[in-house]
Amino acid sequence: MVTCKTIIGQLSDYLDGNVSAEMRDKIERHLRGCRRCSAVYDSTRKMLVIMGDEEVFEVPEGYGTRLHSFVDSLVAKGKS
Amino acid sequence: MMNEQVNTADHGTEASPLIQRFLAGEQDVFHELIRPFERMYYRQAFSILRNQQDAEDAVQQAIVRLFTRLDQLKETERFKQWSMRIVQNEAKLLWRKRRQNQFESIDESEDDGQGGTFRGPRDFADWRDLPSEAAEKQEMRAALARAVESLPASYREILLLRDVEQLNMAETMEILGVSEATVKTRLHRARLKLREALAPTFGMPQPSFWERWKGMNPWSPARR
Repeated sequence: MVTCKTIIGQLSDYLDGNVSAEMRDKIERHLRGCRRCSAVYDSTRKMLVIMGDEEVFEVPEGYGTRLHSFVDSLVAKGKS
Repeated sequence: MMNEQVNTADHGTEASPLIQRFLAGEQDVFHELIRPFERMYYRQAFSILRNQQDAEDAVQQAIVRLFTRLDQLKETERFKQWSMRIVQNEAKLLWRKRRQNQFESIDESEDDGQGGTFRGPRDFADWRDLPSEAAEKQEMRAALARAVESLPASYREILLLRDVEQLNMAETMEILGVSEATVKTRLHRARLKLREALAPTFGMPQPSFWERWKGMNPWSPARR
């Protein structure tokens, strides 16, 4: 019987697919029966899905242009 | 499972020929070399500095170093990790300069006050089903970005590398200069912290919002 402590402790590895098959079974059985752990698991998983969305952490407008102008100045310096 | 996500940031193999051309005198290819990584550079610098101008300055400083020291990179297929590490170093240098009089440590430990005893996630509200009605997509992104910003530096950094940039374990270890065990522990704590920080944003069920999220509903019950 695994405890909530074990489940929460393994959550990240489980989300990343880094637990043994045996542990995975234990976790999944626990999640089916534990509302608290399954809420934490589901919300964490979904949070990570959104985190992977490129648009969450945007770069400022004009950043690329400024950066490449800067590179141009380095290249020009190299040539002179 | 997170491994369903596609790693779009893997351009390591494309860097080598560009580096050869650069070293042979074709300096203009530097633009092409950094293009796949430049957004990641900014996000990394910003995660440390939390200020747009400083983040851009740090990236420019790093670019100078990349540009002038590219000949020192022996394993060119590791350009991504090497360049990220340089960006990170420049950002930390600038951070120290800017924040000398403040208390937050850049290497803030994982001590989140939970000590060695298990207390579990502070909230366990069931916000699976959704953010509040007002949470339009943009607002959700902003809430997530703010929640990340509210975390200690070491947590911001690891979340950015693993869950935003989706770098693999080896790359993350190399960039941060820490062991696999440290990456795992820190990432685990960072994710739980972030989830806690986000919890107040989510309250009222409104599944339709999530169904519009790129044609999927991440808040639907997970497959197990």
